[in-house]
Amino acid sequence: MLILRCPYCGNDVDETDLAPGGEAHIRRHGPGSTDAELTDYLFQRENPRGVHFERWRHAAGCGKWFHAARATDTLQVFGTYSAQTTEPPQEIRDAITKARPGWSWREFS
Amino acid sequence: MSTRLPSHGRLIDRSAQVTFTFNGATMRGYAGDTLASALLANDRMMVGRSFKYHRPRGVVASGAEEPNALVGLGQGNRFEPNQRATTTELFDGLTAVSQNHWPSLDFDIGAVNTALARFLPAGFYYKMFIHPQPFWKHVYEPFIRKSAGLGRAPDSEARDADTYEHFHVQTDILVIGGGVAGLLAARNAALSGARVLLIEQTAHWGGRAPVDGGTVDGAPVDKFVEQIVSELETMANVTMRLRCMGAGVYDHGYALGYERLTDHDPDAPGPRHRLWRIRARRIVTATGAIERPLSFAGNDVPGVMLAGAMRDYVVNWGVAPGRRVVVATNNDDAYRTAITLKQAGVDVVRVLDARAAGGGALMEEARSLGIRVDPGRAIAKVSGGKRVKKVAICNQDGIGGAREDLSCDAVAMSGGWSPVVHLWSHCGGKLAWDEDRAHFRPDPDRPPLGADGRGFVVTAGAASGALALDAVLDDAAAAGKAAAKAAGHSPRRGKTPRGETTPEAAMEPVWLMPARADTPLRMKSWLDFQNDVKVSDVQLAAREGYESVEHTKRYTTLGMATDQGKLSNINGLAILADALEAEIPKVGTTTFRPPYTPISMGAIAGEARGEVFQPIRRTPMHDWHERNGADWEPVGHWRRPFTYLRPGETVHDAVNREVKNTRENLGLLDASTLGKLVVKGPDAGRFLDMMYTNMMSTLKVGKCRYGLMCSENGFLIDDGVVARIDEDTWLCHTTTGGAEHIHAHMEEWLQTEWWDWKVHVANLTEQYAQVAVVGPNARKVLETLGGMDLSKEALAFMEWKDGRIGEFDARVYRISFSGELSYEIAVPASKGQAFWDALIEAGRAFGVMPYGTECLHILRAEKGFIMIGDETDGTVIPQDLGLSWAISKKKEDFLGKRAQQRSHMTDPNRWKLVGLETVDGSVLPDGAYAVGEGVNANGQRNTVGRVTSTYHSANLGRGIAMGLVLNGPDRMGEVLEFPGTDGTVFKAKIVDPVVYDKDGEKQNV
Repeated sequence: MLILRCPYCGNDVDETDLAPGGEAHIRRHGPGSTDAELTDYLFQRENPRGVHFERWRHAAGCGKWFHAARATDTLQVFGTYSAQTTEPPQEIRDAITKARPGWSWREFS
Repeated sequence: MSTRLPSHGRLIDRSAQVTFTFNGATMRGYAGDTLASALLANDRMMVGRSFKYHRPRGVVASGAEEPNALVGLGQGNRFEPNQRATTTELFDGLTAVSQNHWPSLDFDIGAVNTALARFLPAGFYYKMFIHPQPFWKHVYEPFIRKSAGLGRAPDSEARDADTYEHFHVQTDILVIGGGVAGLLAARNAALSGARVLLIEQTAHWGGRAPVDGGTVDGAPVDKFVEQIVSELETMANVTMRLRCMGAGVYDHGYALGYERLTDHDPDAPGPRHRLWRIRARRIVTATGAIERPLSFAGNDVPGVMLAGAMRDYVVNWGVAPGRRVVVATNNDDAYRTAITLKQAGVDVVRVLDARAAGGGALMEEARSLGIRVDPGRAIAKVSGGKRVKKVAICNQDGIGGAREDLSCDAVAMSGGWSPVVHLWSHCGGKLAWDEDRAHFRPDPDRPPLGADGRGFVVTAGAASGALALDAVLDDAAAAGKAAAKAAGHSPRRGKTPRGETTPEAAMEPVWLMPARADTPLRMKSWLDFQNDVKVSDVQLAAREGYESVEHTKRYTTLGMATDQGKLSNINGLAILADALEAEIPKVGTTTFRPPYTPISMGAIAGEARGEVFQPIRRTPMHDWHERNGADWEPVGHWRRPFTYLRPGETVHDAVNREVKNTRENLGLLDASTLGKLVVKGPDAGRFLDMMYTNMMSTLKVGKCRYGLMCSENGFLIDDGVVARIDEDTWLCHTTTGGAEHIHAHMEEWLQTEWWDWKVHVANLTEQYAQVAVVGPNARKVLETLGGMDLSKEALAFMEWKDGRIGEFDARVYRISFSGELSYEIAVPASKGQAFWDALIEAGRAFGVMPYGTECLHILRAEKGFIMIGDETDGTVIPQDLGLSWAISKKKEDFLGKRAQQRSHMTDPNRWKLVGLETVDGSVLPDGAYAVGEGVNANGQRNTVGRVTSTYHSANLGRGIAMGLVLNGPDRMGEVLEFPGTDGTVFKAKIVDPVVYDKDGEKQNV
């Protein structure tokens, strides 16, 4: 059972108090998008063994959504950060690089 | 025979006699006994029968690893099957029964399976019960069910009479295991100032070191244990619990402790078991080691025991398991048992040391006591039915010939010791094969990893593979300090207590005794006692192509019993490796899964049973409904009246009465459960335009609009009436079940997509009591109460207004889910009951009746109104339901708009909503499918539609229904066939979904 630090309230939160929200940094495609873009947006997801970016909600706490960067294989948590961003902040990327040099995920590395 | 000794017994109190029964026979033991030690003291060696062959089985071990001595404990509401006698502390009045036999333990019909053993090999069930298929259900299944399971399940009417609870605990360091290693590791960790929780599964500190002997800093181990326990007890940062097992280790330092509070004292107050839900920064597993049996023919005959266990029974409980004992070993430790037995006055007939060169100093000590030691010798076969009678001995290096018989009544066996690696392995810790000691031990370089990417479990003592006392203490001292350091504390420097014990000569792995035992011997050499798996079974599996240890486990059931192979795993995979001509570490182990030993279902449930299993949400008028005949229906966590039963009425009668009365007079509905979300802010209109398919930003203050919400996939997820309260405030009604998740849905989009939009959402559902006042007399009753003007002119359909009704502050929405003149009136929740009372009182003159959810459903179905969850199932879009009018064509974007343009969504062959009218007026079965021409690939009739809502309408005197039908709206008047589940076929005509007051005249008065 994971523990993630909620970046809003600063608490280390048990997984039972969190709601998972799937992959982070997905760009919305609305009217005017192509079928391929829509398919990617709605259905295509990364399933990496290793570095991954996820959305979580502190559902049984402050109610805020946040993002977590973690390793799916070892469950190492590289950091959590605000959901109000379109890309992982530099300090999160640095923390990942420190543990996993040469990592990449979608367009980020 | 086994008997109580006049000497020894460090754990029993001979002044406190205890009476108990076993299979109805009254027996006596002492306080401090386990059920197993007391049974042995009463010469009850055979305590059960085995699972498959019903062979007589006796106590093998002295602790959690016991595979055989499983009994049914207690009676009635406190009966529990499969309880280990070795870990059951004796108390006065304990009742135990043996298992898996009929008609009695001593005479058992099922024992015929032993004679059939050659026909019941590995994979027997897979081979036997596959053909012919028609036999599966009625011949094979009953047979297999009868054979399955060891103990008798508690009576189905029994209810657990005890209480249970959960503890949620955070600590810096959790130490699992209270032997000398755990105690020392805990102390060294605690000296750093870290908070330490130390748990031990048995009722005693010190583990088995006091039995094994040796000295610590020159004093006996007992003294050391006493002193370190009292030191720990004075430390404020240390919590200690006996009878608390480390059940499992999980991700990120989560661990479960299973505390048995009153099992040893059932009359004591308080919960019986407690589940500790622990978060630790670091975990020290000081879980000790378990002795391995030796695989020789007849190693399951009652009287054959682990050598260490036999020593435990003598030293701890003063019980001699036999009068004449043969010891078989491949290591020095078993000599400690021979010496202990001899010193207790038991005749040690022979020590058979499989090692050609024999042992070291301990062997010499045994010899000096006059014990005969035969190096290079082995047990060929143990004879005896319900008790060991004799052993035939032979050379270890052979096939089992040239035997010599030794008369004896007990056998002590030792195949070496394996560290308890379960907790280390639960969360991904890897193992290394130790060639010298022939066991797997935790590989400190590959520990379970925590959130910080570092190992969070450290092993201490025998659990690390350090078996001798001096090595145990050194390892544990270091483990305690390492854990403290890793948890962010500074361990203190200090002297490590020095352990001294007789040095041991190297052990030699012995996986089969004798080494090249012939087939008849291998067919009697047990690996897994509880599941009856023999050496020959594993070898057969290997011959049949089972190479993976995980597959072999499932095929043979090796290690799949309730003991999870604590004794059998290593021996079994060694046999498999040999049969595959592979190295043991290449074959590997099966997966270790929590819990370490079975824990009670009660402990898992904790307090969550009965009324507190799930909290119930009650509206302010709940108690009134309860007093007035409510037949409750769960809706989400709410309870809503399905109908209000009058004395003598059936549910059907009551619903029909409510339906007619609401259409003809006046009905009251408690609508408080409907979700009420306030959406407020400068961007609220823009936001709601994205949330709803309709245009909400243009709604005028004072007006209401029915809105649809879709997911981004285009599917309809919720509906409800939206009211614009003021320039930047909207109130959104959701379905009863939708309030929380629609609130969460809005928050998700606000927080993660449009976080720069200035909008707040608040869930006010429970702040208001809401009553729907419905029917031709609705206005009259409100006018009787007096207050605000609710005339057609003052408050038109789909408008809302704040004001006073009688003495109540109210917000009145003129909306209708029934097609009648209808006001939904919200008052503060605290006024809900008073307002309801006032309506009931004033309504008497107008024929008022409360109505429930079923009436609500029928009224809305008569009007063709959809219900989320009936007409929708997560695959339905508004266009399917004839709701295109509620989808804005003007808006550039809303959630689901793009997805609704996908080819499948615009397919003209999507099933569409229609009304269904049975030809004979009967009620269609809910969920029934309409069948069309032809069959599908499975030979089933093709389907062309299904029923989504179906009721009896008292107003129309016949069944009404709605359904989704292929090209439905274009097929008006066509008759469809709906096969029922009982062979009948219902015929229904496709009609307009609105079957009552199509022009809406009743609601617009």
